[in-house]
Amino acid sequence: MMAALLRCERRRDALLPLLSLLLVALVLFMGRLEPLFHAAFPQLETPVYARESFWRLTLDHLVLVLVSSLISVSVGVSAGLFVTRRTGREFEPLVSALAAIGQTFPPAAVLAIVVPLAGFGFVPTIVALTLYGLLPVVQNTITGLRTVPPDTLEAARGTGMSARQILWRVELPLAMRVIIAGVRVSVIINIGTATIGSTVGAQSLGTPIIAGLVGDNIAYVIQGAVLVGLLAIVSDLSFERLERRYRIGGEATD
Amino acid sequence: MNHDEHDGPRRIANRVLATLLVASLAGAVLLPFAAMAPNRLVSGESVSLLTALRPWQTLGLAALAGALALACLVRPLGERRGARLTLVAAPLALLLTLYGLGDYAQRALTDASPAARVSQGAAFWVLVFCTSLMIVDAFQRLGSSLWLRSGYGLLLVAAVAALFATGTFNALSILREYFNIEDAFVDQFVTHLTLVGLALAPTLAIGLPLGLLAHRRPATRGVLFSVLNVFQTIPSIALFALLVAPLSALGDAVPWLGALGVAGIGAAPAILALILYSLLPIVRNTQAGFAGVDPATREAARGMGMTRQQILWRVEVPLALPVILSGLRIVTVQAIGLTVVAALIGAGGLGAFIFQGLGQYAIDLVLLGAVPTIALAVIADFLMQILVAVSRPAGAR
Repeated sequence: MMAALLRCERRRDALLPLLSLLLVALVLFMGRLEPLFHAAFPQLETPVYARESFWRLTLDHLVLVLVSSLISVSVGVSAGLFVTRRTGREFEPLVSALAAIGQTFPPAAVLAIVVPLAGFGFVPTIVALTLYGLLPVVQNTITGLRTVPPDTLEAARGTGMSARQILWRVELPLAMRVIIAGVRVSVIINIGTATIGSTVGAQSLGTPIIAGLVGDNIAYVIQGAVLVGLLAIVSDLSFERLERRYRIGGEATD
Repeated sequence: MNHDEHDGPRRIANRVLATLLVASLAGAVLLPFAAMAPNRLVSGESVSLLTALRPWQTLGLAALAGALALACLVRPLGERRGARLTLVAAPLALLLTLYGLGDYAQRALTDASPAARVSQGAAFWVLVFCTSLMIVDAFQRLGSSLWLRSGYGLLLVAAVAALFATGTFNALSILREYFNIEDAFVDQFVTHLTLVGLALAPTLAIGLPLGLLAHRRPATRGVLFSVLNVFQTIPSIALFALLVAPLSALGDAVPWLGALGVAGIGAAPAILALILYSLLPIVRNTQAGFAGVDPATREAARGMGMTRQQILWRVEVPLALPVILSGLRIVTVQAIGLTVVAALIGAGGLGAFIFQGLGQYAIDLVLLGAVPTIALAVIADFLMQILVAVSRPAGAR
């Protein structure tokens, strides 16, 4: 059984460079595919989205996701650390509950409420993505740090390590895989929500999708959807690889 | 909780409550409580809590804040009795805030133009948020059972419903928006639930056997989970949109499918996308549920002379049920949220108001779509949590 899973993992690893290459190629050379789209949708006058270049849309999308994720991760991990230390321990149950309840909120609904209140556009969209992206990071940081066995902490303390040393050399390395899993969820959700950001005035790969849906141009829809789908899959596969590096015992168990 | 490790005498028994109380007081004083606008499309003039509320309401809130401050302290109440006091004072503060806002809207609009609107401000949201968290924190400290919490929640929901029913909020902008579109709202609400239901039924019909397959044939797991994970990864709007083209082609090419409603825009791609999204948690949890059945239990059932079918239905399924239902819980909440996005491909649902409102810069319309969706997701989550608890075998509860 384990062998089958590993074989599948290896097959997915082989996919990652291929899909990344495909993504980059499509981002740069979507325009060259015009004859193809023209043949598929002869009724459309402009079969390739041209109001903005695809690399610009991809860049905007990436900036939305990267900026919000960076803030989410730094704030989320800090919050997770605070509530698992002695001074903040009292806040842990409430913060955990908040992260759990918050994640039942639909991300699209959160985006729709936060952005108009903060005034449409790029920055408010980042605010909404950051807020939502915090939740899985906080939750997994707490879970990851909580699963470090007390015996291990006791042993570390016994060897005379300071609290700071224990955090950096014992707790964080052991919790890292779970924390990265949280970041993975956060980033994948944000890639999806950033797509909807085009309805609240933030340009992203969702822009051609919405333009296509509004203007009845299926080709635009396909172009935006394929790019953003590939972007999400490539990110997910990269995170999967990163997570595996922190599996207890490292890659050696493969 | 154990706080004995703190040094020196402590005055505050509940620092969480203290923090929330300070946050609500700061929010109530510094932020606008309501906004008054000449019409629905412009943002209004801010009104502070002190100007908006009647003196008795302000005094009431101050008294409740005093009670909550008392509930924070080590003496005279301590942590547990403080938590019980919080469970009385916090909901009263919440209801008084709600009532105060509705009452202010009614008074403010009596001699204003008919187009004028009163809406809730940031201080209102801070108070609602903080008082709700106070209640959650108090229950966590008391370690109350799910049943007690459910009963309490039901009572609170009933109290808020009573405020709605007596017309307290009727003058508020969001409710006036609601009265404008009442019929459409009910339609879209029903559509929303229907889409979720139409997606979940086939998901279970496909996902449960697939989960069983993954359990019995481990070799299928790698491919199955990878493929289903891809669907979970693709952004919702992209998956919805990608299904538009093939389904419209299918509906055109096969007339009887078209007659059944299979078309590029509308419910068909939405339901299909929701199914694809929902499969992974159902399949994964079904497999995990079956994997969690103790082999000794299975052996004992076989020893009693049960057939394979009997073991499946009388032993394995009941034991795996809580885990399977946890999967259904994830999927239900997720589907309620994803259906919002389905409005973009013309499937309807509450998302229709959200995107219509965003298009018109009408924030009340956006809230009218978003707030019920969030409430629906939270309520569904809570109900499913109860279902999971009930499905646990008596010994494991």
